[in-house]
Amino acid sequence: MGSTLAQKTWDAHVVRHSAAGDDLLYIDLHLLHEVNTPQAFDDLRAAGRTVRRPDLTVGTEDHNTPTVAIDKVIQDPAGRRQCTLMRQNCEEFGIPLHRLGSDGQGIVHVIGPELGLVRPGMTIVCCDSHTTTLGAFGAVAFGIGTSQVEHVLATQTLAMSRPKDMAVTVTGRLAPGVTAKDLVLAIIARIGTGGAQGHIVEYRGEAVTALSMEARMTLCNMTVEAGSRAGLIAPDETTFAYLRTRPGMPQGADWDAEVAYWRTLRSDEDAVYDKEVVIDAGTVTPYVSWGNNPGQSIPLDGRVPAPEEFTDPEERVAAERALAYMDLRPGAAMRDLSVDAVFLGSCTNGRIEDLRAAAEVLKGRKVADGLHMMIVPGSAAVRRQAVEEGLDAVFAEAGADFRPAAGCSMCAALNEDRLRPGQRAASTSNRNFEGRQGKGSRTHIVSPPVAAATAVAGRLAAPADL
Amino acid sequence: MEKFTAHTGTAMPLRRSNVDTDQIIPARFVPYFSWKGHANALFADWRDDPAFVLNLPEHQGATVLVAGMDFATGSSRESAVWALQRFGFKVVIAPRFGDIFRGNSLMRGLLTVTVPAEVVDRLWRLIEADPAVEVTVDLERLQVRCADIVQPFTLDEDARRRLLTGLDAISDTLRYADEIEAYERGRRAALPTT
Repeated sequence: MGSTLAQKTWDAHVVRHSAAGDDLLYIDLHLLHEVNTPQAFDDLRAAGRTVRRPDLTVGTEDHNTPTVAIDKVIQDPAGRRQCTLMRQNCEEFGIPLHRLGSDGQGIVHVIGPELGLVRPGMTIVCCDSHTTTLGAFGAVAFGIGTSQVEHVLATQTLAMSRPKDMAVTVTGRLAPGVTAKDLVLAIIARIGTGGAQGHIVEYRGEAVTALSMEARMTLCNMTVEAGSRAGLIAPDETTFAYLRTRPGMPQGADWDAEVAYWRTLRSDEDAVYDKEVVIDAGTVTPYVSWGNNPGQSIPLDGRVPAPEEFTDPEERVAAERALAYMDLRPGAAMRDLSVDAVFLGSCTNGRIEDLRAAAEVLKGRKVADGLHMMIVPGSAAVRRQAVEEGLDAVFAEAGADFRPAAGCSMCAALNEDRLRPGQRAASTSNRNFEGRQGKGSRTHIVSPPVAAATAVAGRLAAPADL
Repeated sequence: MEKFTAHTGTAMPLRRSNVDTDQIIPARFVPYFSWKGHANALFADWRDDPAFVLNLPEHQGATVLVAGMDFATGSSRESAVWALQRFGFKVVIAPRFGDIFRGNSLMRGLLTVTVPAEVVDRLWRLIEADPAVEVTVDLERLQVRCADIVQPFTLDEDARRRLLTGLDAISDTLRYADEIEAYERGRRAALPTT
């Protein structure tokens, strides 16, 4: 019996097997950000330990950093304190850091690939659940907690049992105007928020192969919302073409040798998965969430469901709660929902392709009166590229608020960017949890084209509706 | 980490599924929260409701939380574990947990026990009928016991050993420093450095 890509990558990183079943897994890249890490450094220091491999560790500032006025001292006391600690900790332990305002700064999952640090066959961890994003390159990448951050800092390893294998095969092609975001929402709506728990998901099939690297990152990013440990896609020509242009890549014969190695990183034909799901890409249309977890999503063409439609009693109760929190009436058309704000950005959809998709819709149009459309680039490099391509002018003419600095912004609402209680937003981010974008906020997760069309229409809309 | 062999205490029924870590500790508390942080952050946005189970007088002092399906999914924030511990919980019982949270909790000595949904339901009914009823979670025998319930559970053997002995995970790993070094010598030279 053959092996899956996840299993091959995992096995290649096992330092030792414990008799009890855990594997001590070597970590090739450890990404850090300013939230969730200070306590790890405190405990490391208190135990008199050092960072084993600062050269395999890199930090950025993204979660609670401002997206405006970055030349001034950070106003928010928590953001200021955490960035100060991050700078001190990285300095003390010799860890490279991309500070706010520097060329390489940005959301941790956006800059990793940009900087050429993410490659096929690697193991990658970060104190952030959306580390699954980086599986788009054929790496085993997953989120960890603060204690595990300390463990990786001290040992460059993690002791874990190997997750199970799950295959999600997407047959056929996505229709024009349907994005990876719609696909992943459709998948989560189908398998549920716990549908991939304990598994590493491998995405396969024609529709997946046809996706750009950025779309693959969107798909893998939200894999964690189905409960999975990680999500990945076997590297192919699309992957190699993306990596070719990244800094620090091997050259000449060394590059060829790398590509030859990367080509071996795929699941064997006879590999067996613990769980398999097949999705027909042709059935996927623009999706939008209605409730308070990403699994509570339906086609934009749909209507708000009634709790009685759910046969599972827990789902029925969850639907009742979500409808009350979201202030929604069963049977209402999703397209009739007006929004107060639109947020384009995050590690899910803050890349240049996402900004281009929004600009295409916004070009020659105006954001609806009284609606605030905030566009936050995923990294400083994404912003530079957007300016180079003239997207900033399109956004300005449309009346959208294109922020000068990159970061998580309103996705996590840890900085000053947040909705007021009761406000409703269409958001390209990844979570519609209660209070996620500010206490009392109501979030509908959408793709970048739907976000832009919604900003113009003032209510949930697809570009074709304009 | 403190040793964990068995724990007996009263329990709190949290009749909700899909409780994400944003609810366990809302994001605005995270930057301020240390592992010694204040317990008031726990479920902060739900505690405005006087009928929320954490506010009910009959469940004060409970040390075992019995939750619904998919408890603590979402964000990787370990402060969710710390907030539960600061409030006094030693054990969380649920049919299924978010993977990252479960890893975090076992690293910090908050025992997460997976039992079938019907057992959670029976526990809820027992606790609601008599809030003083005690639940025992026995890590040595791998059993949850409450009234007539004797429910076995499984736990990753390495995590169990660390909890039973109170062994710090880093010290545990550092016993194999030679093997880590040997692995490093064999790593592919083309792998990137930062």
